Order: sequence, then structure tokens, then C-alpha cells
Amino acid sequence: MYKITRKEKLSDKIYLMDVVAPRVAHSCLPGQFVIVKIDDKGERIPLTICDYDREKGTITIVFQSVGASTTRMVDLEVGDGFEDFVGPLGNPSDLCMEENLEETRRKKIVFIAGGVGTAPVYPQVKWLKEHGIDSTVIIGARSKDILFYEDEMREVATELHLATDDGSYGFHGNGCDQLQALVDEGKEYDHCVAIGPMIMMKFVCLLTEKLGIHTIVSMNPIMVDGTGMCGACRLLVGDEVKFACVDGPEFDGHLVDFPQAMARSAQYKTEEGRKMLELQEGDTHHGGCGNCGGDK
Amino acid sequence: MEVDVLKRVPISEQDPKERATNFDEVCLGYTEEEAMAEATRCLNCKNAKCITGCPVSINIPAFIQEVKEGNFAKAYEIITDSSALPAVCGRVCPQESQCEGKCIRGIKGEPVSIGKLERFVADWAAKNGLAPKPNPNKNGHKVAVIGAGPAGLTCAGDLARAGFDVTIFEALHEAGGVLVYGIPEFRLPKEDVVAKEVDNVKNLGVKIETNVIVGKSITIDELIEEEKFEAVFIGSGAGLPRFMGIKGEQAMGVFSANEFLTRNNLMKAFKDYDTPIWRGKKVVVVGGGNVAMDAARTALRLGAEVHVVYRRSEKELPARVEEVHHAKEEGVIFDLLQNPTEILTDDEGWVNGIRIIKMELGDPDESGRRRPVEIPGSEYEIEADTVIMSLGTSPNPLISSTTKGLEVNKRGCIIATEETGATSKDGVYAGGDAVTGAATVILAMGAGKQAAKGIIEHFQ
Repeated sequence: MYKITRKEKLSDKIYLMDVVAPRVAHSCLPGQFVIVKIDDKGERIPLTICDYDREKGTITIVFQSVGASTTRMVDLEVGDGFEDFVGPLGNPSDLCMEENLEETRRKKIVFIAGGVGTAPVYPQVKWLKEHGIDSTVIIGARSKDILFYEDEMREVATELHLATDDGSYGFHGNGCDQLQALVDEGKEYDHCVAIGPMIMMKFVCLLTEKLGIHTIVSMNPIMVDGTGMCGACRLLVGDEVKFACVDGPEFDGHLVDFPQAMARSAQYKTEEGRKMLELQEGDTHHGGCGNCGGDK
Repeated sequence: MEVDVLKRVPISEQDPKERATNFDEVCLGYTEEEAMAEATRCLNCKNAKCITGCPVSINIPAFIQEVKEGNFAKAYEIITDSSALPAVCGRVCPQESQCEGKCIRGIKGEPVSIGKLERFVADWAAKNGLAPKPNPNKNGHKVAVIGAGPAGLTCAGDLARAGFDVTIFEALHEAGGVLVYGIPEFRLPKEDVVAKEVDNVKNLGVKIETNVIVGKSITIDELIEEEKFEAVFIGSGAGLPRFMGIKGEQAMGVFSANEFLTRNNLMKAFKDYDTPIWRGKKVVVVGGGNVAMDAARTALRLGAEVHVVYRRSEKELPARVEEVHHAKEEGVIFDLLQNPTEILTDDEGWVNGIRIIKMELGDPDESGRRRPVEIPGSEYEIEADTVIMSLGTSPNPLISSTTKGLEVNKRGCIIATEETGATSKDGVYAGGDAVTGAATVILAMGAGKQAAKGIIEHFQ
């Protein structure tokens, strides 16, 4: 069992946990992800690594309760644990590799984080700060109450901008609007990292293409094993089929076929909805989900 | 029980109509009486060809003689001298091209049912609590085995019996490799068969650490330098699923057989587990190997009409004869000498059909099989809501790209000598699909066995 040593509710439906996983903590780098499985019947869920402590052997994960397994994860408390926790998976971010340090130093970097995407942005910004590299961070959210990690991010980012769609906090507008505003003010960037919902990454890419800013996105498609075996996470990047788990998760955002990636990520929506119905109805569930046949 | 020496003692199976709707095992196995009767058909050849047909060289006539006499425990001992996973092999080996293919009985009549007898003995042993005994004499040498599939389990089992301190590192959350993620329940029951065989390997003293991805969680060099393993065996399996490269292949409703089977078998999507699976109404499986048969029969059990589209003729189908036979009995439709050219989609991007071209067989290619050639103008379309690609795999670069001095061939497979499994890196051995590309369970076991021998010799 992989024990939970910290649990925090960051906002409605978004939770943070520290999990003891020494092998992962020993070798992970920013940009990589883990797969967690709550128990025997749980789904394998890919989650980006939000932070790591090599000495304590812990990994910080952030997740949003959306499906059957993540909803059940909310009930886990400190002292409980995950049956399975495996990683690190995928490739580390190019920005955060010692061998690229000289190149990274020359870059003018802006991060745009959307929603839960704030979590995977954090370790990159932290790594850059530890290596004396400046970065600007924009966190975008629908409204103030679903914004999280502001204080933590402020500590590591050279410049932090907060943007809310409803104007309830910080800049009134989304992450793209904020970036446009900064560029209009005369700020210059030549490297953008956008992590968040696919729709947000798509719009950031449309904007940065116009602005001529090289953009990296972190793709989080449907996955099963996370080691290259199943091919569920395949996506088109510049007409080439790539597997997000072994070739990514980071890709050149201007080459990613977003419409297709978005369509593919909705592939199991109906099935997942049915599972949720079963979970919510619990013992009173007797059919109507289309799966169990209880109503037949 | 009366026996016709030219014919096998029939074995009972679940009725095809019944089993097409459940995931219970198809073949029900021999009873003691049936097994003993079938065993009388063995000629106990002095120069036993069947043994040469077995990749792990089980002393087949010897164990069958014991079955004939009703000495099942002794038969089990003889089999487990050579095989770590008899209950698995009796079920999934392509016997017709191995032991049974060489059986002298087969010249005039039907060969002895060696596979079914092996399975009987292994199941009898499990039912009666028999297990291979651990070696009390430890030699103190630490060996790491990567992958708890057929190659790794076999290699680890043999090394433990020779007194080595063995740890298997498995990337998934469960041991078994293709035996748990690939081969379906109805062909290889997970709890009663695979889990028990894995337990047998553990009982020999082998430790299994799941959720460790060698190449990511830890590298081979770290295993050697930091964790002090003196030798490493790589049995990490096949790898990345291949696709055809045709239009529409990224559409929703197109899956690799690996994904489809992993969701169903490892993640148990057919039961009340959280992992979803797409239940098609009309499924096209592309390919003709064992994996294609498994995918087709799984889709069928999930309620679909299933077509297997294969570009050569029935004779060239690479799947075991028994799998093809079972699939047909259950109602899988075979569209042979046909090949997809495009996957058709609706406005939302879901599969709604497939365009297929008819083929004919031309001259033999390098594999010796006749090359399929397209018949111009023969294209047609059929409706389908799901396409499952079962075209084999290409090697996973995870280990080769993170291990210094480990050579791969131009296809990306690890280079290892056949007799010892030795790679280009000192102390590192490899075998199974990681070396050969996608093959069979028993060939992987054979390679695991050879490498165990190689490692044992290395320490002598």
C-alpha cells in the first residue's frame, strides 16, 4: 500500500495528497506523471506530479473528482493509501533538464496554467527557480473559488498573474486574454508552456501561433497502462501518430491535432456516466445504467 | 473406458451458444478416467519426437506413462522439472505445431492430446495442494528479473530452484504479463490458474515487486550499481501496438487489441470494476493471430456481431487451430483474403464503417507464406461501429534507451544469444518477446529457461 501522509481540499472537487512512493520520488522530474489505482476494482488513473520530496520519499498529486474512481479517491484520508502507485511515467520536461540548462537560461518563459493544470506547472517553475531561471506564470480559472496554489506559486514564480473568467479575482478574462494583455504592455516571451484542459491549450496555441511564441503543451489523454502497451493515448502531432505516455506527455502545441485529441478524450463519456450512476445510486442501483442489466 | 487408438478421447467443452455469452472457461478438462484413457494412446517412443518439439523439453512420454498408471503426483513432478507454468502451457501452447505436431500417433490418426494431459496434471496438482518445492540451499547471488510474464516467471523459477536470490520487477499492478492482460479469462482463468502458477513461483522463494517500471522508476545500471544485483534478466515483453496507417485510424471506436484486451482482462471491465470498455454492436477485428482471436471472442461475449478481417486465407491464419475453431463455433464471422483500406466515420468522428479490398494469394514471400495481392476494383464497404487492430507490436524502447551498452537490432529488439540469453552488456540477459518480437507464451518460457541456464553457468 502507498500511504497518504497529507490531504487538502484545494477547491470544490480538487484535492491534493502527499503519497509515500520512494521509488517514484527517487527518480522523478518535473513534467512526468504517475498512475494511481485506489483498490482492486479501481481504474488506473494518470496524474501529473505536482511536487516531490526525495528525502521523505513522497509525491504530491492533485486530482479533480470526475469519474467513479476519482470520486472514491475523495474518501481516502491521511493514513489510508492507494493499492497501486506507479511511475514516474513519460518524459521529463525539456526545460527542466540539467543538460538543457544553458539553452533554458536564454529563454524568456511564460507558463499558462488552467484549472488542475496548475499542479504540473508548479514543479517546473520551482525547478527553474532552484536553477536561478526567471519565469512568468499565469493561472487562469473560471472563478476565484476554484483557483488554488496561489501562495506556493508566488514563492517560486518571478512574476505571477491570476486571471478569472468572471472577474472575481485578479485579471478579468482567461489566461489567453492575460497573455495578450502582457504582450500589449510590451512584455516579450519566446517560450510558452500551457497546461490545462485541452480546450484551453488549444486556444493558447492559436494565440501564441499568432504571437510567434514557441509553445509546449502537456497532453493528458485517456490511458490504460501508461508504458506504451495499449495505444489508447495516441494522438496526431504534425501528421505523425505519437503515444502520449512514451513520446510525451509534452509536445509542440502548434503541431498537435487538438480537435481529434478532444474528441478521443470523450470516447468513454457514456460508459463513465453509467459507472457514475451506479456509484451514486449505490445499493439502490437496479438498472438504467445500460451495463448491469438489473432492469432487464 | 473404451479407446479408439486412432482418435483422441473427447474432452468436454461449454456449449458454443452458452459460452458465447459468458467469460467462463471454454474447455472443461479431462476427468481422471478420461486422462488415464487418453494416456494409453501414447506409444512411449524410445526416440520421443514430442520432446524435441517442446521448447522447454518436458519429458512427455514419461509423464504420460505416470498418468496412465494414475500416478498424477509423479507426473506433476516430471512436468515441473522442466516447466514452471504447466497449467498455463497446457491451455495456450500451440501444441499442433510443437509436441503434438511431432507425435507418431499423428501419422495415421490423431496425435495424443499432450496439451490436455499436461493441463489435467497441473489442475489435479493445484486441486490437491501440490506445488514445486523450494531449494533449501541458497547460493547468495542476487538476480533481478524484469517483467513477471512467461519469460520472467520461468527464468525466476529456474534460478530460485538453483538457489539464487531472485526479485522480479513488474511494471503493472499484477504479475503475469500477457497471461493477465492479454489472454482472456475464457481461455485462461486468472484466479484459478494464473494466480496459482504465480504463487508457485513465489513459493520457490522468488520476490515480486509490482509497480516498478525499469527504465523509469529505476534503471538497469542502478539495479546493478545501487541495489547490488549481480545479473539481470530482461523479459519485458513485446511493446507498442502497431497500426495500419490508413485513413480514419484515430477515430473514436478504433482500438488496439492490446487496449481492448487489457481493459477487459487486466482491468476486468466485463465485471463490476471501474474501468470502462466500449461495447460495440458490430465489431471488425483486423488480423489473424491468437490476439485477434482473443479480441474477437471477447467482443462477441460483450454482445457484438464480430468479423475477423484477414488478408491471407484460412491456411495462413497464424492463430492456433483450436482458437479459430472455437471462434467459428461461437459465431465469429471470418472475412478472409480481405484487407481494410479506410475506416469511415460519422460527423462526430465515430467509426461507422470500414472500406475493404479483396485480396488473392501471389508468390511466397520471405516468411514462406504466399503474399497477399490486392484485386483491383474489388473494394466494398461494410457497416461497423468498432474496429480493433490486431497487427502485432513493435519493441518498447523504455529499457534499451536507458541502459548503457545494451545493443538492439534494426527493428529495436534486444540482441541476445539463443543458447544463453546473454546480451552485449556483461551480466545482462534477455529473452521472450523483447528479443524476438511478438511470439508465443511457450517460446518466451523457453527463452527464460535458456537464460536461467546461462546465468547459472555464469556463476559457476
